[in-house]
Amino acid sequence: MFERIIRILVKELLEIRRDRWAMFRLIVPPLIQMLIFGYAATFEVYHVNTVILDRDHSQESRDLISHFVASTRFDVVKIAGTERDVGQAIDDGTATVGITIQPRFAAFLLKGQKAPLQVVVDGTNSNTALIALGYVEQIAATYSASQGNTYATRIPGGITARVEELDVAQRPWFNPNLDGRWFFVPGVVGTLSLILTVSLTASAVVREREIGTLEQIMVSPIRPYEFILGKTIPFFLIGFAETALVAVFGVLWFQVPFVGNPFILMLGTALFLLSTLGLGLLISTLVRTQQQAFGANFFVSNPMFTLSGFSFPIASMPRPMQWVTYLDPLRYYLVVIRATFLKGVGIAVLWPDLLAMAVIGIGLLTLSTLRFRKALD
Amino acid sequence: MTETAPKEPAIEVENLVKRFGDFTAVDHVSFQVERGTIIGFLGPNGAGKSTIIRMLCGLLSPSEGHAIVSGIDVAKDPETVREHIGYMSQKFSLYGDLTVMENLRFFGGIYRVPKTILPERIRFAVTMAGLEGREDFLVSTLAGGWKQRLALGCAILHRPPILFLDEPTSGVDPESRRRFWDLIHSLSEDGVTIVVSTHYMDEAEYCNTIALINRGRLLALESPTTLKKRDLGGHLLSVECPDIGKAISLLEGQPGILDAAAFGNAVHLLVDPAKISCRDLEGRLTTAGIPVARIGSIEPSIDDIFVRMVGENSPQGGAG
Repeated sequence: MFERIIRILVKELLEIRRDRWAMFRLIVPPLIQMLIFGYAATFEVYHVNTVILDRDHSQESRDLISHFVASTRFDVVKIAGTERDVGQAIDDGTATVGITIQPRFAAFLLKGQKAPLQVVVDGTNSNTALIALGYVEQIAATYSASQGNTYATRIPGGITARVEELDVAQRPWFNPNLDGRWFFVPGVVGTLSLILTVSLTASAVVREREIGTLEQIMVSPIRPYEFILGKTIPFFLIGFAETALVAVFGVLWFQVPFVGNPFILMLGTALFLLSTLGLGLLISTLVRTQQQAFGANFFVSNPMFTLSGFSFPIASMPRPMQWVTYLDPLRYYLVVIRATFLKGVGIAVLWPDLLAMAVIGIGLLTLSTLRFRKALD
Repeated sequence: MTETAPKEPAIEVENLVKRFGDFTAVDHVSFQVERGTIIGFLGPNGAGKSTIIRMLCGLLSPSEGHAIVSGIDVAKDPETVREHIGYMSQKFSLYGDLTVMENLRFFGGIYRVPKTILPERIRFAVTMAGLEGREDFLVSTLAGGWKQRLALGCAILHRPPILFLDEPTSGVDPESRRRFWDLIHSLSEDGVTIVVSTHYMDEAEYCNTIALINRGRLLALESPTTLKKRDLGGHLLSVECPDIGKAISLLEGQPGILDAAAFGNAVHLLVDPAKISCRDLEGRLTTAGIPVARIGSIEPSIDDIFVRMVGENSPQGGAG
């Protein structure tokens, strides 16, 4: 048994070594993707193009505008003259946010009443719009608080007009600055390892089918599991090395902390790779050409990515969708990765996720071995 | 290997059927192959030759019937059968990105050739393929004939008593084809049973037994000499002339003409000598404006027999 497995394994490694571009393909694209994700994938919003219409022309309104100008969140690209200018700027994409300071803004403020401020946002990117709207409120709140203070101190001996505000003390654990990168970089490790290992495994088997060597191997007395082991072990090793490379790169380059136990991450990675290799093999039994394998990989990886909780919170999904996520090995792997990177929790907490990956992985590998036997018929 | 039950045939096939959906690729085929003989499956592309071979190797499961190879039912125990067979297909399935030596070592390992014997077997295969000095060449850089012989070498590393060759000579130059048949003969002399399929009719002469196959059915199973002595039911003439297509449409169905088929630059006619003579034919063609370069009787070749048998078989065989 071992002799045949080792023969296939050696052959597989020889073929990879012969392939002049293999090393390049295995190392460069994942690192580039890591860089792109690390820099581009962020929920935070900076430098939103903003148009402001001041219909009050008071000292207070100019003061509020200066708050927006000073903020890194907003770039005031235009001071509009009319209401129509604001609409125009949003329509033609010059600005995403339009702020109108209504007449008598200062007068209301001085009376201690609510001062009217109108905000228009371009909702085509609902995510950015919502976040920007939040910042507008934040700036307005900071401004009104500072105004409140000013007036409170201006009235000598007067009763303090300030109402005690509800002060929410935020203290996010594990990511004190709520740095989006800390959330994304570990996630990228899992996603890259999924896409890479599924496609490598699927195309390695399908390529042999295309050139006919698979048939040649099938007429030999080799057992399906010997072939499958010989074929997957190299990709298991590659997948493992790849994950380590991307993870170390994430820690060193993006300064994402790694506070957990690396052995738990390794265990989680091994169990996750069972699923991705099983999936790759399953695809290879269902398709005939490498092109079809590529398409199938895309078809499978995308929903797995979406349902994994990588960027869209599982808790916000409709119930039936949430059930589907339980079939997604990436869901569990992301929990393990993020927990080991940022939280440092151990097996005691992570065992259900590890177990789920083991079950899915063994299930997929068994299924593909059974299907493989019949694949030539 | 040959000492076990010497009288038992190497291969026994009984009422073998393979259907792919509505299409019947192999239609109730039965035959036996004696040990140490060469049986050639002859027929056009798509006749069902490959499908039969693939069922005998356990690559496809039969829809009906049995295939006993080396005394074992293939459908029941394909893995054991595979220890007794070698297989090579028209694709010469080797790893192009590995060297000659690496391919040989790989297949030797897959067949579990003992490490003590493997180097000697590999040397034999290299010599047989004429690849001495090219052991470290990448297979993808080799010419077709070499690839073909190397594929054969890989298929016999484990010394199988039965060898299946599925169109092994397709796409190879005539010189390599001849050399390849020499190898097949020397293997046969060593007692290996060889099942080979081809659509080159001239290769039929190299086989001990010929199985003529058309549309999934076995039309004949006999030696090339017996086959050639078959009574065609008429006299065979060869007519060399320009515009063969016109000549065939002119003569086909005329009284005294049983069959007309194109063979290269000549028309082969099966005639009833009582009703028509060479002189009559020549006259008719010349009147129609087709000058006859040569006309004369010939001995039927396997090709002629095959064309005649397919012609007889197709009307009632068309449905199945």
